[in-house]
Amino acid sequence: MAPLKRILLAEDSERDVELTMAALEENNLANEVVVARDGAEALDYLYNRGKFAGHANGFPVVVLLDLKMPKIDGLEVLKTMRSDPYLRHIPVVMITSSREEQDLIRSYELGVNAYVVKPVDFQKFVESVKQVGFFWAIVNEPPPGTMKRSG
Amino acid sequence: MLQNIPIQRKLMTVNLLTSGAVLLLTCLAFFGYEVLTFRQATVQRLFTLGKIISANSTAALAFDDRDAATEILAALKAEPHIVAAGLYGTTGKLFAQYPVNSPAAFPAAPEQDGYHFERGHLAGFQPVMQSGRRLGTLYMEYDMGAMYEQLWRRGEIAALVMVVSLLTAYLLSRTLQKQISVPILALAETAHAVSKQRDFSVRAVKFGEDELGLLTDAFNQMLAEIQKLNATLEERVRERTGQLEIANKELEAFSYSVSHDLRAPLRHVDGFVDLLRKQSAEKLDERGRRYLDIIAASARQMGTLIDDLLVFSRMSRGDLRRAKVASESLVHEVKDAMQGETNSRRIIWKIDGLPQVEADAPMLRQVWANLIGNAVKYSRTRDPAEIEIGCDTVNDEFVFFVRDNGVGFDMQYVDKLFGVFQRLHRADEFEGTGIGLANVRRIVSRHGGRTWAESNGDGGATFFFSLPKTTN
Repeated sequence: MAPLKRILLAEDSERDVELTMAALEENNLANEVVVARDGAEALDYLYNRGKFAGHANGFPVVVLLDLKMPKIDGLEVLKTMRSDPYLRHIPVVMITSSREEQDLIRSYELGVNAYVVKPVDFQKFVESVKQVGFFWAIVNEPPPGTMKRSG
Repeated sequence: MLQNIPIQRKLMTVNLLTSGAVLLLTCLAFFGYEVLTFRQATVQRLFTLGKIISANSTAALAFDDRDAATEILAALKAEPHIVAAGLYGTTGKLFAQYPVNSPAAFPAAPEQDGYHFERGHLAGFQPVMQSGRRLGTLYMEYDMGAMYEQLWRRGEIAALVMVVSLLTAYLLSRTLQKQISVPILALAETAHAVSKQRDFSVRAVKFGEDELGLLTDAFNQMLAEIQKLNATLEERVRERTGQLEIANKELEAFSYSVSHDLRAPLRHVDGFVDLLRKQSAEKLDERGRRYLDIIAASARQMGTLIDDLLVFSRMSRGDLRRAKVASESLVHEVKDAMQGETNSRRIIWKIDGLPQVEADAPMLRQVWANLIGNAVKYSRTRDPAEIEIGCDTVNDEFVFFVRDNGVGFDMQYVDKLFGVFQRLHRADEFEGTGIGLANVRRIVSRHGGRTWAESNGDGGATFFFSLPKTTN
């Protein structure tokens, strides 16, 4: 049975995963993170199927989505989640390189909860990820049915 | 004077004027000729008559027989126009006269031979000769009145003929001018319809194979050509628009991929440099750590460049969303947002008289942010720095300016100032990517305005941009 994780990070770039994890580590949230390497895997996790079949019930407190991913991109994952009565309440935060207006508009149209642009400056990135993690995993009261904090 | 009247009236006027003038001239010439020949004939007749009278009166003169002479002269009764006649002897004395008791004053003595016209009369003298010897002089006076009366009557007839002729000419030209005017009017009507309704599919009706027919053909041909050109033009515009749309899409895709993909490796460089620094700093010497700093700084710099370039491309592509913008509060907002930099410095601000304009607010904010940011940046070495922001109204434009007492620039390079990635200062003097003023120019020109700058070297710089007062 796959371990229970409270944060789902969907990110195709190995390096970005490593950097994001490094940033989350600073907030002691790294071991609460499950990584999906594309949109399809992210949906597999949420639907408890495929590679992630059989993990414990309950939803992550937040889904961190990269926009541009192979197979199914972030916007499609978001769209699928928002049209599913069981997943629609899960907070979703876009974490992306893109500052393009069209991406922002599309994301908000599809009901994203937050949109964070990855800055080139790593220290700023760490700061952003820290804040996102702190807010959604610690401050925010998640919708009912979400996994409780382990430990 | 004929220029502005309709062609039909023009044609008729021309016709009537021409035929009237011809008729008048003909009549005058004819009349003149008549008068001349009539006078000559009268002189000739009078002279002949005189000859006969002279020949008959030689005996009476020779024998000094007054009664005979009077009788001979009385024969002139047959010619009622002869109002007076007289015979003078060699002495020059009046010998006999006709009519006998004429109250008319006869010339006291014969004058030079020959007849001449005076006061409607033809009068004169001719010699009475016999075998080469002059016996006396005959005087005769002829009343031309009757002749003039006759001429008048002819003139009346001529006038009548002229009136009738002109009337006929008028009626004829009224009918015949249609041969010319109708095709021209049809052509004009078609031209009017074309220019008014922009309908190039109409054609002028052709009435014959003359020059007007040729003109109509040529006109119709031109219309067909225009119609064809219009159609191909529309086709071409569609084609070009399509191409432009494709190019625009490609550009969008390009900048999208720049935004996504080009920044990712830079993030990685900076991120891993940072991780390396954290984990292995003690294994590196001073130089190694400096190299890491340089790598990170370069990555960040490139990140800034890419961001600026993306902003620039967005400013060029995005739609203008015009709304009323209060320049004064916008400028204060922008200025206040720079407090991080300005708080630690002494800057004397003078912001005054900024009007409301119609513009895309976020874009205009970018303009002010760049210009004010530059003024703050390049006056860094001054204490206190002075920054003046104002506006003049020139014709139908607002001309805004931002003036500082900073380091200024060399007017020699003023042309480069607004170019993309053009810098007049080294990055270690004043930081920057060289995109700000290019953005300013792009945004202002998209609003229908202009940008320019002035500097007197070290004494500071003034940047101007204009915006039209009203936007259509």
